[in-house]
Amino acid sequence: MKKILVISGKGGTGKTFLTASLSYLASDKKIIVDCDVDAANLYLLLHPDIKRSEVFEWGYEAVINQDKCIRCGKCLAICRFEAIKTVHKDDNRGIDRITVDPFSCEGCGVCKYGCPVGAVDLRKKESGKWFISDTKYGPFVFAKLGIAAENSGKLVSKIKQEAYTLAEKELAEYIIIDGPPGIGCPVIASMSGVDLALVVTEPTLSGISDMKRVMEVAEHFQVETKVVVNKYDINLETTEEIRRICYAKGIEVLGQLPFSEKVVQSIVKQVPFTEFSNGSIAKDIAKIWEKIK
Amino acid sequence: MIITVASGKGGTGKTLVSTSLALSLGKDAVFLDCDVEEPNGYIFLKPDITENIKIYLPQPGVDIEKCNFCGKCASACLFNAIAVIKPETGKRNGNVLFFHEMCQSCGACVLVCPQKAIYEKRSEKGEVEKGVTKNGVSFVQGRLKPSEAKSVPLVKAVKKHVNVNKINIIDSSPGTSCPVVQTVKDSDFCLLVTEPTPFGLNDLRLAVEMTRVLAVPVGVVINRFDIGDNSVQEYCLKENLPVLLSIPFKKDIAVAYSKGIPLIESFPEYRKIFKKLFKDISDIIVQGKK
Repeated sequence: MKKILVISGKGGTGKTFLTASLSYLASDKKIIVDCDVDAANLYLLLHPDIKRSEVFEWGYEAVINQDKCIRCGKCLAICRFEAIKTVHKDDNRGIDRITVDPFSCEGCGVCKYGCPVGAVDLRKKESGKWFISDTKYGPFVFAKLGIAAENSGKLVSKIKQEAYTLAEKELAEYIIIDGPPGIGCPVIASMSGVDLALVVTEPTLSGISDMKRVMEVAEHFQVETKVVVNKYDINLETTEEIRRICYAKGIEVLGQLPFSEKVVQSIVKQVPFTEFSNGSIAKDIAKIWEKIK
Repeated sequence: MIITVASGKGGTGKTLVSTSLALSLGKDAVFLDCDVEEPNGYIFLKPDITENIKIYLPQPGVDIEKCNFCGKCASACLFNAIAVIKPETGKRNGNVLFFHEMCQSCGACVLVCPQKAIYEKRSEKGEVEKGVTKNGVSFVQGRLKPSEAKSVPLVKAVKKHVNVNKINIIDSSPGTSCPVVQTVKDSDFCLLVTEPTPFGLNDLRLAVEMTRVLAVPVGVVINRFDIGDNSVQEYCLKENLPVLLSIPFKKDIAVAYSKGIPLIESFPEYRKIFKKLFKDISDIIVQGKK
């Protein structure tokens, strides 16, 4: 079983477009996963028929029981996340109450452990939903993070685990994963244990800067990396520069795809590009898939 | 004043908009790049970096001689970052393992250890760089060290450099989760940059919901408004979201972007447009405060 992760560093370079295109081309035995749980888009192209839907909860937030709190301020002193706030009395004479800013609270429990009167409770904070679905392209696992929730990678790891279990059951040959942008927690959680990180980049200085940083992460976690240059004709010199950088690092450039309004049209029609078109770009993507599989 | 440029979906043109907005304001502006995972504002603003501040977080370790393997640190750690291996009877072969990639540097283990066996040392997580551009925009950026997972502490470190006497333009990372929440929080206004595709619409919706939770007023920029469909415009109309700027798709804009040339420099007519954008945002902020 080969696990292929599509990432980019920079957002908007064409991860989801390529993931959907490859999913259409891959043999029947595959599981498709969207690890961009923060701004999941792949479902818009695959039109899933949801078979199983689960709530996943993790993390805590501190809540201060105002009846027990003696306003000693110990929690304020030991919280390292500036999450404890004091509300002063109207006449400015002392503290009226101590509260927790839920957007800053990391749910570490330090305030609870340090409270001399047991006035702090921890309650479950973060939540997301994950789904196992059928699509005409194969089984598809994806998730939706709660609004403004923390994306520590826990939900990403959860759906990857579910996808692996499903892949073993179905004897899948491939797991094709759409990754999140950036290089932080969700990317690291997406990358752990995959066989190939397929970096989609674009010939812009931002694209190069971000590609280099995500390659550093892949190198650190010893994941094999290959590159696709999308919209290569926006700047041919910069495309050459990307090829030079990859060559120097010993990273294979699998192919390059031109900018095309047809790609935008396929997204508007919500169809994987290789299904939408059988023109030259679709053929180029097929060649890329031949080199990966 | 703090204006944050965010998007939900990546690659819609946050940096294109935020850098030109800052440049149009000149020395009145501070540009803060809070996309600490992939900061790109520097490519367009080309600042002279004058200061580099390393960002460290405490990282726990154990003085094994003092440890009695009671396991309190492991039970207290809500991030499952500690495992205590108890010694065999009569032996001292126990150990305490720290999984640093899970650790949030909260200090709970230090707090609960009855033996005072846990110490903390500084671990570098990234850097904050400060400088100034040729036309006087103050520049601040955070850079997360690759392979480090947590960007929120870096975002916080960048936001410490907000200058209350100036106009602060913050460039956010994409998405709607913790680093973005930390970036947008406490802003006077959030400008959401999107594109007119089902992806752009889906992620704009998520971003709008996030700004509502944070109670930050929003306006929308539609980039490449002439390729795609009308669903974003329709959504904005329905939700009463002001569309403050629409940028057409032009190959020349994409080419200038690819070279790191700010929009208002490659297309000087945009200088006026960005000044108007700032005025519209200021008006909305003033109206909201009345």
